[in-house]
Parts: sequence; C-alpha cells; structure tokens
Amino acid sequence: MSIPVLKFDAVIVGAGGAGLRSAIQLSEAGLKTAVLSKVFPTRSHTVAAQGGVAASLGNSEEDHWTWHMYDTVKGSDWLGDQDAIEFMCKKANEVVVELEHYGMPFDRTDNGKIYQRPFGGHMSNFGEKPVRRSCAAADRTGHAMLHAMYQRNVKANTQFFVEWMALDLIRDEEGHVLGVTAMEMETGQVVIFHARATIFATGGAGRIFYSSTNAFINTGDGLGMAARAGIPLEDMEFWQFHPTGVAGAGVLITEGVRGEGGILRNSSKERFMERYAPNAKDLASRDVVSRAMATEIKEGRGCGVNKDYVLLDITHLDPATIMKRLPGIHEIGLQFAGVDCLKEPLPVVPTCHYQMGGIPTHYSGRVVMPQNGDMNAVVPGFYAGGECACASVHGANRLGTNSLLDLLVFGKSAGDSAVEDLKAGKAHRDLPKDAADKSLARIAAIDNRKGGANVHETRLAMQRTMQDHAGVFRFGDMLKQGVEKILEVEKAARQLEIKDKSQAWNTARTEALEMENLIEVAKATMISAEARKESRGAHVRDDAPDTAEFPNGRNDKEWLKHTLFSPVDNSISYKPVNMQPLTVEPVALKTRSY
Amino acid sequence: MERADYERLRWRCIRRALLELDITLTRFLDDGFDKLTEEEKKVFVELADMEDHELWYWLSGKTECDDPRFAPVVAAIRKS
Ligand SMILES: Cc1cc2nc3c(=O)[nH]c(=O)nc-3n(C[C@H](O)[C@H](O)[C@H](O)COP(=O)(O)OP(=O)(O)OC[C@H]3O[C@@H](n4cnc5c(N)ncnc54)[C@H](O)[C@@H]3O)c2cc1C
Repeated sequence: MSIPVLKFDAVIVGAGGAGLRSAIQLSEAGLKTAVLSKVFPTRSHTVAAQGGVAASLGNSEEDHWTWHMYDTVKGSDWLGDQDAIEFMCKKANEVVVELEHYGMPFDRTDNGKIYQRPFGGHMSNFGEKPVRRSCAAADRTGHAMLHAMYQRNVKANTQFFVEWMALDLIRDEEGHVLGVTAMEMETGQVVIFHARATIFATGGAGRIFYSSTNAFINTGDGLGMAARAGIPLEDMEFWQFHPTGVAGAGVLITEGVRGEGGILRNSSKERFMERYAPNAKDLASRDVVSRAMATEIKEGRGCGVNKDYVLLDITHLDPATIMKRLPGIHEIGLQFAGVDCLKEPLPVVPTCHYQMGGIPTHYSGRVVMPQNGDMNAVVPGFYAGGECACASVHGANRLGTNSLLDLLVFGKSAGDSAVEDLKAGKAHRDLPKDAADKSLARIAAIDNRKGGANVHETRLAMQRTMQDHAGVFRFGDMLKQGVEKILEVEKAARQLEIKDKSQAWNTARTEALEMENLIEVAKATMISAEARKESRGAHVRDDAPDTAEFPNGRNDKEWLKHTLFSPVDNSISYKPVNMQPLTVEPVALKTRSY
Repeated sequence: MERADYERLRWRCIRRALLELDITLTRFLDDGFDKLTEEEKKVFVELADMEDHELWYWLSGKTECDDPRFAPVVAAIRKS
C-alpha cells in the first residue's frame, strides 16, 4: 500500500512545554519543522502546572545554582546524573529570562523583577533553610508558558499538525531514526513523517495507575513507540505519588486539608496515623503518610467495596473555616467523590503524580542506549525532552518546580543538538520499504479482530494491577505477583477489539492505540520495581527498611545504578550513575533526610 | 449531530489539559448531553472549545457564568 510521505528537517512529537521549546530552536534556525500533537498545543498537560518553575535568580534573596544543584541531587536520592543536574541548574536563569522575553507574564516584585516563592525541597546554602526559587505566573504558570511559546513558534513558521497521533518510530537497519508514522484523526489517514531529526516530547504516562493526578492524555505514547522500536526505558520504577487524591478520580486534595486539622481514618474509623507517627500524626511528612495509608489498605483496613481507599475526615471542623481556608475542597468532594465533606469524610488514596524515568537521554537531548559495549551510545537522529525523557535529573525523586525547568532546559538542548547535527549536513536517509507496515498492521488488527479484549476493561485491569502491586509503598511478594499479573494483562492488550470501524474520528481506535502504549510503560514499571531490591527516593519497599547499615533502606553498594528495561525480552540491565558534574565538585553521598 | 461531529467533540472532551475537565465533560457526554436541545448542543461545542482554566472556573462555580447563552448549559453540566 502506498502511504503519503511528508518530508521535514525535523519532526517533533508533542506540543507541550518540551516540544514547543525544542521547536523554537529548530524553526528559528531556519529548519523546516513539524510539530504533531493529539490536542491543540495549549491544551497539553503542561497547562495544569501551577506551582512554578525553579531558577536561582536570587531576586528575593541570595541564591546560587550550586545550591539548586545540591537540592536536586539530594532530592534525587543521588540517582540523578550530576553532569545533567549541573547543566540544568546552571541553565535555569537563561531559560527563564528567555521565556520572559517571549512574553511570559511572570508575577513581579515591586521593583519589577520576577517574583519568587519558596517551594518544598529548595534550600539555600546547601540545605540550610528554605529559599525563594520558584517563578510563577499567578496560578497559570504552565498555561502562560505554553501560550508564550506557541506564539513564538507561530512567528517562526513552525508547522503544527493538530489532532494527529504519532504511531511508531521509524528506524532503519543500522538503527538510525528517520521519523514517525502518524494518523490524522479527522480522516484516519496514516502518513509517514520523514525527518532528519525526530524529537519526542510526549509527556508522562501517569494513566497506568488507577489513581492519577494526570489528565487522560498522559498515556506514555513516546515510551510505547520507543519500546516498540527496541529502545530501553530508564528508571521506570520511580514514580512520585501524592498522598491525597480523591479515590477513583485522582483529583488532588491539597495537603492544607491536613494542615487545617483533617484526620485520616480507616474502615473502622480509627485515626490510624496515631500508630505510625504518634507525635506528628496526620501532619507527618508526605512519605510517612502515604506509606501508612498504603499499609492500612494492604492489611485489609481500607474502605469501600474493594477496600481500596481510606477516609479524610474534616466533619469536625467549623464549616465556615473550611469554606474560607480550603476554598474548592467542598466542590471537589461534591463533583468527584459525590460527598459533602462538611457532613461526610472524603475517600482518598495515594495518587500517582509524576514519572521520573523515561527514554534515556544525554543532557544534550540526544537519546542514548547500550550498543557495542558503550552504555550511552547515541541513537542517531533521535532526541527527547520533558517528562517522557530521562536525562536523568530527577533520579529517584523529583523536586517540585524542577519539571517545568527540565522541559525548558532539555527541550532547548534537544533542539540545539538537532540543529547542530543537521547543520553538519546529513541528508535524509532512505526510508525502509516497510516503514509504515507495523503501524498499518497494528491498526488493521485492532479494526478487524473479533472476540478480542475490551479496551476499557483492559485499561482498568492494568490500572488496578499497578495501583495494588506497584503503588506508593511496595511489598516484595506483591511485586512478584504483580509481574505475573501485568504480563497477563499484556496478553489482553495485544488482542484489543473495537466495535466502531469508521475511518474519521474513530476515538475508540485512538484509545486502543494509546492502550498499546500504556501497557509498555506499565510492564517496564512493574518489572523494574520488582528487580530493585532497595528503597530509594520514591521507590520504597517494605522489605528494604530503614536500618543502621542501610539508612532509609538505601543500599548504595549494590544499587547506586540506573535501571534499563529492555522491551525486546523484558530483561533488566543497569548502568552507572554519573557522579561527576561538569565543572564543580561532586555532591558526595549522604543519607537523605529533611 | 453527525457522527463525525460528535466524535470530534468527544475527543475534545476526553482529552483536556485538566483532569477535572476530562472527568466532568466525559461524564456529561455519557449522561446529559443527549438531553440538550440542538441549540444547546451547539453552545456545548463552543464551551468545549474554551481554555481549560476559564471553563473549569465556570463548571466548578469558582466564577459565575454571567453569559445568558452559556449559563443554562453550564448549569446542566454542574448538575450532571
Ligand atoms: C496537576 C499537575 C501539576 C503540576 N505542577 C507542576 C509545577 O507547578 N511545576 C513543575 O515544574 N511541574 C509541575 N507538574 C509536572 C509538569 O507539569 C509536567 O511534567 C510537564 O508539564 C510535562 O511537560 P511535557 O512538555 O513533557 O509534556 P505535556 O505538556 O504533557 O505535553 C505532551 C504533548 O505530547 C503530545 N503527544 C503525546 N502523545 C502523542 C502522540 N502519540 N502523537 C502526537 N502527540 C502526542 C500531546 O498532545 C502534548 O502536546 C505538574 C503536573 C501535574 C499533573
């Protein structure tokens, strides 16, 4: 079958923060650049980010990038690569000021500088005391960022393909990446985007979990495409969770609710935090609270038919105080839990928020993988940035406001590297004859299959498995069973069936294709988590507890290394963490405590 | 409404920037949208094209929708 081919210098998959930032570099360098997105650019998930972007501008008080670097290494529980972390923290001021020039309406101080707020984990003078490092635009930081960058791209003639879904990465026999196949949703037409540089900026994959703060769009398409093309996924066991999302919905309930006196209770209405943290109780740190909640659920003291959530009780508080101090919480209860929180407790559960792992990249934005004995050999023509990539700056845990910084810095560096490589003059390599065959076969199989698995049910089975077996607090036996279960779900995910056979706007088919990506991410996560027998950052295991020999359960002797999950045979290998920054002294290993 | 028009609308409701809207609009499409008049359905299409934060402020009641054309549909979604 002959498939239309569109030729570009660069194709970027994703029009969120990372994709738009890359595109500016390419288009402004005069290169013919296509950006594909499942939704209109300013409807990408970056819009949801409110907290701000980190940069040690020092506008409100003294600050320095080396302090930011220290905080990031510590936050990562020493799993972040220190060369990449130095690169990011040092570049922060530059990319934030650039954004300002693109027209980003940052909040200002009285004397006109960018106003900065404190944010968890960001400290001055190597961990001494909180520092104001977060730059925000009211509660619309992500939204304002996307608008500013979208306008800049329109000026620079970036070509947008909106409501197009990229399907598969095209690689030739020598492993060079030559573009992607993609489907126009309006027509169902599959097209080849033939490019000299391909950049992935497809965002996160938080929808693998039953409870997730991520919008429905976060289906890990970039990771799925990379995995199907034989590229390993790095550090997929590390997911950041938030202790209180509305059970079933995932919508965040601010930690301020516990601050105002909210109490967590189990199925017998017991205030269980008294057992886990006799002093701090419900005000214990995020990790402690999440772990206690997960333990109550695992031990059968959860609530509801499936005993899979606990209760957050504020019925003892004065209604006037709730409405004044916790605006929005009443509405969230009504809309997403069907509960009037003034009269009844809210169902809550630890909820997945951010993916630390992803497609392995160098800090230049080039994708790397083990080849011929080199653990970090470049995959020619392939770049990635933002939440889908693993540079790795977040290591085992991300600091708030560092991900918007990540997408600016690595979106830009991926763009710069692509420009550099393209200026070096490589022509388009020939497309393999079967460039679109795999994508077409996948679509045909979904369209024609009879007696296959239902997409919605398969997704639910995956999400339940991930939530129960690889949630915020992990248990060795549960992880082992989880691997078996997720491989079972995978079988169903390879046999999806849809009823709607239309070409135009077939959302059922699109969701089936997304499911094929989700399962790759879920499998990588479960197998990587089972394999890592220590606790580190966001990966916390019951069987790797805090001991004198292994504080926080972290075992540097054996586990100070990055996981690489190979989708080819579901195997795991490891590569060293880069402990050598570019110009400064390494941040030496220490126990992580706040 | 033509099938393709409905499915396009559906995509624009089930893939939003904000999770809150994904949930609210998906729920309304499944239960409520059919009960709208043809005129109201057109208004809903316009609502679905709004920026996420503005729309969520209306649907969550954080700001009041004072546009008489939109208000009845906003109220219907809030009730669903
Ligand atoms: C509720 C919430 C609040 C947050 N707040 C903050 C904060 O305050 N500060 C902070 O630093 N971080 C925050 N984060 C994290 C941060 O927002 C994200 O990590 C970041 O926005 C991801 O940006 P991105 O460019 O990588 O991806 P996204 O913005 O998610 O963009 C992905 C793009 O890829 C496209 N795409 C995906 N798959 C395909 C495909 N197959 N074909 C075509 N296009 C595709 C999508 O259409 C989209 O355009 C928050 C996250 C959440 C969920």
